[in-house]
Amino acid sequence: MVHARKWIGRAITHLILIGLGFVFFVPFAFLVSTAFKSERQIFVYPPIWIPNPIIWRNFTDVFDYAPFGRYLINTLYIVVAHLFGTVVTCSLTGYAFARLRAPGRDAIFMVLLSTMMVPWMVTLIPVYILFARLEWINTFRPLVIPPLLGNTFYIFLLRQYYMTIPYDLDEAALMDGSGYLRIWWTILMPLSKPVLATVAIFSFMGAWNDFTGPLIFLNNKEKYTLSLGLQVFREAHGAAWGLLMAASTMMIVPVIVLFFFTQKQFVQGITLTGIKG
Amino acid sequence: MLNLRGIRAREARAFYLFITPWALGFLIFTIGPILASFYYSFTRYDIMSPPTFVGLGNFQELFSDPLFYKSMANTLYFVVLVVPLSMILSFALALLLNQQVRGLPVYRTIYYLPSIVPFVASSILWMWLLQPQFGLVNGALRSLGVSNPPTWLASETWAKPALILIMLWGSGSTMLIYLAGLQGVPQSLYEAAEIDGASRLSRFRHITLPMMTPTLFFTLTMGIISTFQVFTIVYVVTAGMGGPLDSTLVYLLYLFRQGFVYFRMGYASAMALVLFVIILIITFVQFALAPIWVYYEIERR
Repeated sequence: MVHARKWIGRAITHLILIGLGFVFFVPFAFLVSTAFKSERQIFVYPPIWIPNPIIWRNFTDVFDYAPFGRYLINTLYIVVAHLFGTVVTCSLTGYAFARLRAPGRDAIFMVLLSTMMVPWMVTLIPVYILFARLEWINTFRPLVIPPLLGNTFYIFLLRQYYMTIPYDLDEAALMDGSGYLRIWWTILMPLSKPVLATVAIFSFMGAWNDFTGPLIFLNNKEKYTLSLGLQVFREAHGAAWGLLMAASTMMIVPVIVLFFFTQKQFVQGITLTGIKG
Repeated sequence: MLNLRGIRAREARAFYLFITPWALGFLIFTIGPILASFYYSFTRYDIMSPPTFVGLGNFQELFSDPLFYKSMANTLYFVVLVVPLSMILSFALALLLNQQVRGLPVYRTIYYLPSIVPFVASSILWMWLLQPQFGLVNGALRSLGVSNPPTWLASETWAKPALILIMLWGSGSTMLIYLAGLQGVPQSLYEAAEIDGASRLSRFRHITLPMMTPTLFFTLTMGIISTFQVFTIVYVVTAGMGGPLDSTLVYLLYLFRQGFVYFRMGYASAMALVLFVIILIITFVQFALAPIWVYYEIERR
């Protein structure tokens, strides 16, 4: 009796999970399905699930309508700056805050922490004015230089991690005459690979998905990133759903592939920080 | 002794050297702008000509601007609905997943994936799903017998619920946070309760819920702060217009319009500061109320 009750409970749990999973998953299926349809197959009711014939043209046509290849290169350029800033600048700064003693260090760290709460739109307008005065609008500099100089939040995360590593190794290396830069690079960097990977993934996602930055700082079509390019494309070709779905698929696929290869870091990162990338 | 002092000085020098790149960026792109935004909020400034000081002019105008109230009301609508709905949905999912179900990694992936999809792509996807004639959602509604389904994003009444749907679809990261929280509740508490003959419901009410309050508090605080700043989804779906008829004009969209369409930098700065103050007050109130409902375990050990 008890056994049967338990079994029924299990079954109900799975039924609900599968039902909800279906709701979460169906949009993806419809996205991919639409991307492979011709106009004629798209505008039918009730909707067709498996396109017949399967049309590849949307994926190639997209490049005729907008320079998505160019957008991809632009996006990658910004992504690389973010990754470099995270792995090198944030890591070095985090190391300094965690392991080097200096007068005023904790006070500076408190200032760093307190500005983490300030919403981005408070700094947005003055930063825009600054870049406008420097005549950096419509260049990649506003999207590349700030991340190269580090991100407060990632510095905070890395610092927390560096605090947990025992000091014996540093001290031994110091005795052997290593400098601090060398200790950071040869001892702490290898030890912090998992957390660096997590932070790098978030950094990648942030740059890949960023819409507001490119929207505000770029206005020349040649300079658009994928997210901005996709949006402009959609404003111009609002009803070309096949093309739109093909372009969206191409933007989503790298993220999903990344997720499948680095699931562990993703889950760890989310539960560590409680933020979305 | 002298040697030690030498090492200390060297260590301090290394510290200042290593933080210099960040410190420069921090001064130029964070501290400076925060201070400057106070200044700009008291000026009229279009970038072309130098700023002119207008005292409290921007704030006076703001508080008599009907679109300020409209956009604030729209934003509050999202805060009041999206935050609790996504918390309830995520919590329910996490509870289901925490029952040692088979296939946990598969379910977890399916629920989480939508939250990492770039906003622009997911918004476009949902515009297609919600397309009134050929979209999947209305197709499903029709087959369920709804003869006249809503036009969603084209309708003044249904645009906001449509956006809520899109936001809920992407709330999988909250679920992961809850799942981690649930897995952190000590199993010994449940075992003890079971021995005492506590029912499932009372175990949930007296163990799970209290132990989860710190996590709930965290997601509530973060959820409110981020929903007040909702921007990208609405921008993409409405092409930056906040339509139809301003029904989805959220606060940041209006700020964006003032700043980057009309180039009224002073007015936009004033708007940013007002929102900042509102967020600060709400966060402060939340922290003040926390001791009433958030259960903090006394340090074990």
